[in-house]
Amino acid sequence: MTTVAVVAARLPARRYLLLAVLALWVLGWAVFEGRDTLGLGGAELTPLHTSLNEGMDAIDDSRNSNPFFLYFINYVRLFLDEAVTFVQALISQPSFGRPLPVLGWLGVVALATAIAWLWGNGKVALLTAAGLISFGVLGLWQESMDTLALTLTAVVLSLAVGIPLGVWAGLNDRFNRLVTPVLDFMQTMPTFVYLAPLTLFFLIGPASATVATMIYAIPPAIRITSHGIRQVSHDTLEAGASLGATGVQSLRHVRLPMAKQTIIVGVNQTIMAALSMATIAALIDAPGLGKTVLKALQTLDVGTAFNAGLAIVIMAVVLDRVTSAASRRVEADRRAGRLRGTRRRRLELAGAFGVVAVLGYLSYTYVWAADFPIQANLGSYVRQAADAGSLWVQDNLAAYTDALKNVLTNTLLNPFEKLLTASPWWLVLAVAVAVALLVGSVRAALVTAAGLLVLVLLGLWQDSMVTLASTLVATILVMVLGVVLGVWMGRSDRVDTVLRPVLDAGQTMPAFVYLVPILGLFGPTRFTAIIAAVVFAAPIAIKLVAEGIRRVSPTTVEAAISAGTGTWQLISKVQLPMARSGVTLAASQGLIYVLSMVVVGGLVGAGALGYDVVAGFSQHQLRGKGLAAGLAIVVLGIVLDRVMRAATQRADVAAHGGVTHK
Amino acid sequence: MTVPSLTEPRQLDTDTPPVLAVRGLWKVFGPKADGVVGTTLSRKELKEQTGCVAAVRDVSFDVRRGEVFVVMGLSGSGKSTLVRCLTRLIEPTAGEIVLDGEDIRKADDRRLRELRRHRMAMVFQHFGLLPHRCVLDNVAFGLEIRGVPKQERYARAREVVDLVGLNGFENSYPDQLSGGMQQRVGLARALAADPEVLLFDEPFSALDPLIRREMQNEVIRLHHEVGKTMVFITHDLSEALKLGDRILIMRDGELVQVGTPDQVVGAPADDYVRDFVSDVPRSHVLTLRWIMRQPLMDESLDGPVLGPDVVIRDAVHTVLSADRPVRVIEGDDLLGVVTSAEILEVIAGGQER
Repeated sequence: MTTVAVVAARLPARRYLLLAVLALWVLGWAVFEGRDTLGLGGAELTPLHTSLNEGMDAIDDSRNSNPFFLYFINYVRLFLDEAVTFVQALISQPSFGRPLPVLGWLGVVALATAIAWLWGNGKVALLTAAGLISFGVLGLWQESMDTLALTLTAVVLSLAVGIPLGVWAGLNDRFNRLVTPVLDFMQTMPTFVYLAPLTLFFLIGPASATVATMIYAIPPAIRITSHGIRQVSHDTLEAGASLGATGVQSLRHVRLPMAKQTIIVGVNQTIMAALSMATIAALIDAPGLGKTVLKALQTLDVGTAFNAGLAIVIMAVVLDRVTSAASRRVEADRRAGRLRGTRRRRLELAGAFGVVAVLGYLSYTYVWAADFPIQANLGSYVRQAADAGSLWVQDNLAAYTDALKNVLTNTLLNPFEKLLTASPWWLVLAVAVAVALLVGSVRAALVTAAGLLVLVLLGLWQDSMVTLASTLVATILVMVLGVVLGVWMGRSDRVDTVLRPVLDAGQTMPAFVYLVPILGLFGPTRFTAIIAAVVFAAPIAIKLVAEGIRRVSPTTVEAAISAGTGTWQLISKVQLPMARSGVTLAASQGLIYVLSMVVVGGLVGAGALGYDVVAGFSQHQLRGKGLAAGLAIVVLGIVLDRVMRAATQRADVAAHGGVTHK
Repeated sequence: MTVPSLTEPRQLDTDTPPVLAVRGLWKVFGPKADGVVGTTLSRKELKEQTGCVAAVRDVSFDVRRGEVFVVMGLSGSGKSTLVRCLTRLIEPTAGEIVLDGEDIRKADDRRLRELRRHRMAMVFQHFGLLPHRCVLDNVAFGLEIRGVPKQERYARAREVVDLVGLNGFENSYPDQLSGGMQQRVGLARALAADPEVLLFDEPFSALDPLIRREMQNEVIRLHHEVGKTMVFITHDLSEALKLGDRILIMRDGELVQVGTPDQVVGAPADDYVRDFVSDVPRSHVLTLRWIMRQPLMDESLDGPVLGPDVVIRDAVHTVLSADRPVRVIEGDDLLGVVTSAEILEVIAGGQER
């Protein structure tokens, strides 16, 4: 079977067939333009949407009568609300009859710094102190603490669920096989989509926000823990067994200690995911910085959005650096042969917590230590500066940005969108199935057919096509960037050292934050959404391409150079073809990232499905349509993911001469 | 290839029952493995017809108390599977493994753990140390697992650490040690539990040649000092000849020959073994017993006397400097004589027979 696939993949006929299909499509579009396009206005509803609306109303009404709600969901909601409120009471909100939270800013700064020092190092402790104080300086202390409270609650709960499940998945192959596709789904599903259905069950507020954050943050916890447990060397496990260790002993003394560092990396990933989702959860009224950004975005207040965005980035950097340092410290401690429980360590602990206790008490008792001094609030200056900068950019760079925008819109986006939206739906469906068949597999073609039919049934065909057009255009841009920068980075260590931290920062930064400066540059259009998506997705694509280039065997490269190939020949004839599976992987990952961001773009004028979802949040009669739009996004995601996966597999097979990889 | 001369042959106790007796052991990997036991199909036929691989086929042998029993074979011959079957790290498909009269295959999980904790210990090719524990904690690991109190297990661990020459490194961590030192930790860990049988799975294959020789001498020394029964897996013939009291040669999961080093070199069971031992300098392994002949009628029988188990290499000087045939005498019996002609034939015949 694989040999057939190899032969087929190398057959030039496939390429011509693909071109023929596209040519037929253009022809069909010219003939049938405007017919059967299944358009639907912004406020128009189909019967399906209305009945979805009614269904959601029914769920709303049964909240206090249905036993599922009464005895399960409502308790979960209560618990989550209480948990978040409790942490808020500690650090962010007036509580227990006091005008201020239990721990004031001084106490929080002291506690966080002590933790960073004890489990990280002196450098990250300084960074933590500076970062936390800057929240106050930006005038966002309370909002920041709200975000932190939500993030930490979600992280603690995610880890409480994720680590045991991860250990289980690490130990049990069957459970691992069962849980992997679920995690795949949780991670590829655009975060936006499940916010609305969640509010149906957990109402708007902290509980829904926590659940949404957990859905996003649990997968890395499970995955990385399982990976850590699995990667423990077989030799060591066997040695343990040969000494007569029981299953529990082997887990406690061998697997867990050896997986510890990996598990801490998992904690880091969980925290980053939670933070980025806690910000997005502002859409369902989660407290904190996200809300400030969202409000500012809606009023196009670049200054305020930038200010809050800055606070989010600082929080992301602090959390990331502290957990990374903690993970490195585990390893360093082990290598340096430092034993636990030494006298010095005990002194450190006692000293640090002594100081925290004193400062905490001060912040509990005195207003100056509790409420961040208003004189130090420089937020307004930051806002003004950002506004001024944005204005300057708009005034001075408008020529360039407009040119870029117009060129891309007119040459790429508009024709493509026209082709997709103005062709009859059956023509697009036929073309899509044919393409899936040609680049992917029969199965991918079947999924495509089924998925597109679902889009038709959902009554959102045309909106889906607009979103698809933006997604594909953004993906093309991502891949152009990915290949150019990825090849450059893969070939040069110097470029790698310069570019990598930038990409890392891009990946750790919560998605919301991108929108702000891009909004300043391009104004509220669908193009803004596309650029935001490109910025969001490019780092992963660049990294994957670079990785693929780096993995090309040095011997082959040496052999090619010794045969007298030029640089360009080397890239085009040796390195890129050999990195083919890396490039396809980059394309499929890039696509998924883009899709989840194009939807966020609904907030800044991207229209289509993203707008439908956002409108569903705010307008009661559009809830059903919003839900349907969410489903449509998931369907689009599944179809694109399947086709890309099939294509990746095909590329893998072609690249490895018939050896299939699982 | 040089093989260091064997020290005086150890007196093995052949009368008492063996410590470890293996009878008809099979390990088949693949679907419906039970049905394959007893097959006579070749490896390739078996794979084609049933999809199974018989890694160990009907192997039987006895290990005597106090001996070093070497299992030798090339990679894929099933030797590592065999040694893992002995402690059921890999579950055998059929056969008996009797340790001191108790069939290990009949032990339940609890009993098996007991056996592993007290009676048998294993040393691994890639050490299998715990990187997050210092040397002392690694050595004490087995004792910790069986619940020995802290003071006691550290005391015992220190003893063993001294025994294997690791003193001064108690608080180091495995990745601060060289490969040879790490394997000393592995050795100490196995010795700590004071087991009756020590199993070695190619323990020195991952080490470089000089360290390997040092570690082999270490094992010989330890064997003299603690006198444990050892089952030693290797793919290195010189290692097998150097360490083994007896050697079991495996090919494709089957036992080809069991014998003392001189039996294996002097009387190979088949062409496979002959090919295998063809590079061994015969004079380093064979004893006078292998080359002596009956005295001729007119030979004078008053030359020097040597025992039959003296290795040829060690007899060269005596035989060549004597002007009369050297007599080979065991007890009071004259077994035969050796002259320079026989010695020179072995040495000049060199590598090939």
